[in-house]
Amino acid sequence: MTLLAVERIKLFTTRSPWWCAAVALTIVIGFAALITGTAPSDFPITVATSQFGYSFGLAVIMVLAALSITTEYRFGTIKSTFLAVPNRTAVLLAKTGVVALLALVIGEIAAFGALGVSALLAPGSDLALNSAADWRQVAGVGLVYAITAVMGVAVGTLVRHSAGAISLLLIYVMVVETLVPIIPRVGDDIYKWLPFNVAEKFLSGDGAVRGASEGPPLSTSTLSPWVALAYFAGVAAVLLTAAIMVARRRDA
Amino acid sequence: MTRDCPSMAVATDWRATGRTKGDTMIEAKGLTKRYGDTLAVNDLSFQVRPGTVTGFLGPNGAGKSTTMRMILGLDRPTKGTATVNGKHYHELKHPLRTVGALLEARWVHPNRSARAHLTWLAKANGIPKRRVEDVLDIVGLTSVASKRAGGFSLGMSQRLGIAGALLGDPEVLLFDEPVNGLDPEGILWMRKFMHRLADEGRTVLVSSHLLSEMSLTANELVVIGKGELVAQSSTADFVARATEQTVRVRSPQLSVLVDVLSGEDVGVREEDGGVVVSGMDSESIGELAAKHSIVLHELSPQQGSLEQAFMHLTGDTVEYATQ
Repeated sequence: MTLLAVERIKLFTTRSPWWCAAVALTIVIGFAALITGTAPSDFPITVATSQFGYSFGLAVIMVLAALSITTEYRFGTIKSTFLAVPNRTAVLLAKTGVVALLALVIGEIAAFGALGVSALLAPGSDLALNSAADWRQVAGVGLVYAITAVMGVAVGTLVRHSAGAISLLLIYVMVVETLVPIIPRVGDDIYKWLPFNVAEKFLSGDGAVRGASEGPPLSTSTLSPWVALAYFAGVAAVLLTAAIMVARRRDA
Repeated sequence: MTRDCPSMAVATDWRATGRTKGDTMIEAKGLTKRYGDTLAVNDLSFQVRPGTVTGFLGPNGAGKSTTMRMILGLDRPTKGTATVNGKHYHELKHPLRTVGALLEARWVHPNRSARAHLTWLAKANGIPKRRVEDVLDIVGLTSVASKRAGGFSLGMSQRLGIAGALLGDPEVLLFDEPVNGLDPEGILWMRKFMHRLADEGRTVLVSSHLLSEMSLTANELVVIGKGELVAQSSTADFVARATEQTVRVRSPQLSVLVDVLSGEDVGVREEDGGVVVSGMDSESIGELAAKHSIVLHELSPQQGSLEQAFMHLTGDTVEYATQ
């Protein structure tokens, strides 16, 4: 518990988490406002459309999470940290926990904020959360953000350089995952198992929540939503384990 | 802002804890660190004792910082062990309460305030919050405690680093090149401060490549060159042993004296109006002169400097020595 408090103090006594949180909320909620506000009358505003900005927030969460550890390497505070607490596993788990919790809170506020602003701008639309799928689509954003934050801390720990870690994360999620399906024959089969595609399955399922065919492409994963989330979390756990093992062996 | 050595007590007086100078507080045994093909530290063994300032002396690149990082558990030794008070660093429960270290003054997040920096360190080692204010006061940073550390001058950063090292009121302190880049005032402050810490019974290990600085600061020396131990002794012994003991003699009967000395197993060389005798102490020369009724105008033993001793001993271990 002490270590969680320590990492909380460290995180919130710098500026970047505040900026990242503000940017994530602005983008996700702003995007929902933009879509709802500019939608033509025949475009149904649904629970799903309110969450279309989710992936922009996801990118910001990656930046936040990676920075939380790469700045420690950049400024040498990682050495102060390991001097104060030589148990590196405990330090990194505590940091991951705090960052993931922050990502969860940002995700929930962003998702429900987006839903709220949609309801405000399109009062006639059906934006009630009537089904488990509806709830997953909105409340699930925080969970996906939290797990993404774990990946961000893990990659940041492995790479240690802010620019390198952030580039790697963003290029992966925005370029690599979207380009894999164009590989002939095996592309689609590989894509089915790529983590952010699987995470999308957890959020939007088969698209039952959507009223129209518009929006980002649906997941091609064949997993059920909760298994998809477990798979996504598993990938994060593997990355974090690798990062902790490397950090334990490496000279600080 | 006053730069006087703080009058306020750092906290515990370790003299009362029954430690004697015979105890070993820091011990390196066969410490070795290899980076690829480079042997940064090679089979290094030494002990550091309480109640005195021990200088860790060596040319740049001799492996001083690497050794300190291994003592502190930051770097993993390729071979050998380093212990503090008989324990590996990672075995210490609240390490900051046993060991305080200042390796690099800039190891602070630039956007974090000095107070916030110390607060999280204190929290991590179960140190009460009020101790943060105490150490800020000791190093004279109270007035800028809520300012971002990124705006601090080197001297201020250095003192923030010292505040962090003192936070846990530790018995053992390690400083890596603490006077680097400080102005003369800051150097004096640091020197007095380290002496006070040692006088309180603490174990102080301070590294430097500045020999003259060490001769003023350290009572004991661990000297390394190219990662290997060159000498461990008191500063005075180190200088005495390493430098050639010579005696400067002036006399109106110089030629007679030189004749007499030539019968002995000594070296004599002429130097501006006198001779410098090596291999015989001043007492023997004086007695010899008296026996032969030679008038002496000067008979003065020459003390070698730490620089000379250092060059003498590390001459063949300096990494960048010209061939």
